[in-house]
Amino acid sequence: MLGEPVRRGLYRYVAGTPGDVGRDAAAEAVGISRSLAAFHLDKLVEAGLLEVDFRRLSGRSGPGAGRPAKMYRRARNEVAVSVPPRAYDAAGHLLAEVVERAGLDGELQAAARAAGEAEGGTVDGEAEPFEVLRARGYEPFWDGRTLRLNNCPFHALAEQFPALVCGMNLAGIEGLLAGLTCGQDWKASMDPLPQGCCVSLEVADATDAAAEEL
Amino acid sequence: MNDFHLAQVNVGRILAPLGSPQLADFVAHLPEINALADRAPGFVWRMVDDDGADSTGLRPKNEDDLFLINCSVWESVEALRDYTYRSEHLKVLARRREWFERLADFHHALWWVPAGHRPGVNEAMDRIALIRDNGEGPAAFTFRAPHPPPTTSPSI
Repeated sequence: MLGEPVRRGLYRYVAGTPGDVGRDAAAEAVGISRSLAAFHLDKLVEAGLLEVDFRRLSGRSGPGAGRPAKMYRRARNEVAVSVPPRAYDAAGHLLAEVVERAGLDGELQAAARAAGEAEGGTVDGEAEPFEVLRARGYEPFWDGRTLRLNNCPFHALAEQFPALVCGMNLAGIEGLLAGLTCGQDWKASMDPLPQGCCVSLEVADATDAAAEEL
Repeated sequence: MNDFHLAQVNVGRILAPLGSPQLADFVAHLPEINALADRAPGFVWRMVDDDGADSTGLRPKNEDDLFLINCSVWESVEALRDYTYRSEHLKVLARRREWFERLADFHHALWWVPAGHRPGVNEAMDRIALIRDNGEGPAAFTFRAPHPPPTTSPSI
């Protein structure tokens, strides 16, 4: 389904955009015609990877308001592909349960920070945090000067063990930034929105630097 | 308006006295976190001690000066869940082991109360005892398996 480059591009665009996406915006983002975008978007809906909603963009209703537009967003269900079958989610759940019961939050955070830092050190020196986080599935997007993450890679576990798993995730991102050459001025903090990852990022001295420029 | 509201109790044993450097960050965060609760959607009430700012002056176990209680009432499970896990409160929650002992047994419980009811320390501690003795059920449950509010009208 996602082997087709245009379709993969459309999926990436819709999944990485907070809120719903219309056909025109999706077509423009990928650089294809509206009708071709509509064809592929509907294929992605059929496959269960996207969800669709109808909405009147004009804000009017009743006769003369026009046809409601089809709006797309990433489906809430999870699709995991593993060949041969593996059950890391079940193992992850059990491990989290035991770590939680044992009260090992601090140890888990330290391990996540170390792993993040080691991983950041292996990344090409020029890589920006945005790209590095995107490659790890966080689906980053800019919200003013704040970098927010539209996807939580640990969603199911974070729902069941929020304090434990969100703490681990924050420590992992902090470690990643510490390991990245281009991550040194960045600061990650717990700043949850209703959806997505609970961590947001900012360039630590963005406001100071901007103030100096003025 | 619902006939029932959701009551919540949490107990915990701090690793050092409230005035100690080890607890300083926790104490420093309290006003902000409590203010956040007070203006959170669906917040109804929270238990406070004689000082009126928070409940850190209450000692539900007389003989244990490190044992704290936290109790509040909300309009729904979702409202409490959003505050607990989808607000800045999560920042403090993720650091719980820096300040609180790990408790092997249940340390929190949820239950439904008639709207307008304000649970006292004894009632809240009874719910902790209930969930420890009987496991999760309609009279004391957790976020993992929430029970719906009673369907009958409350009798006060």
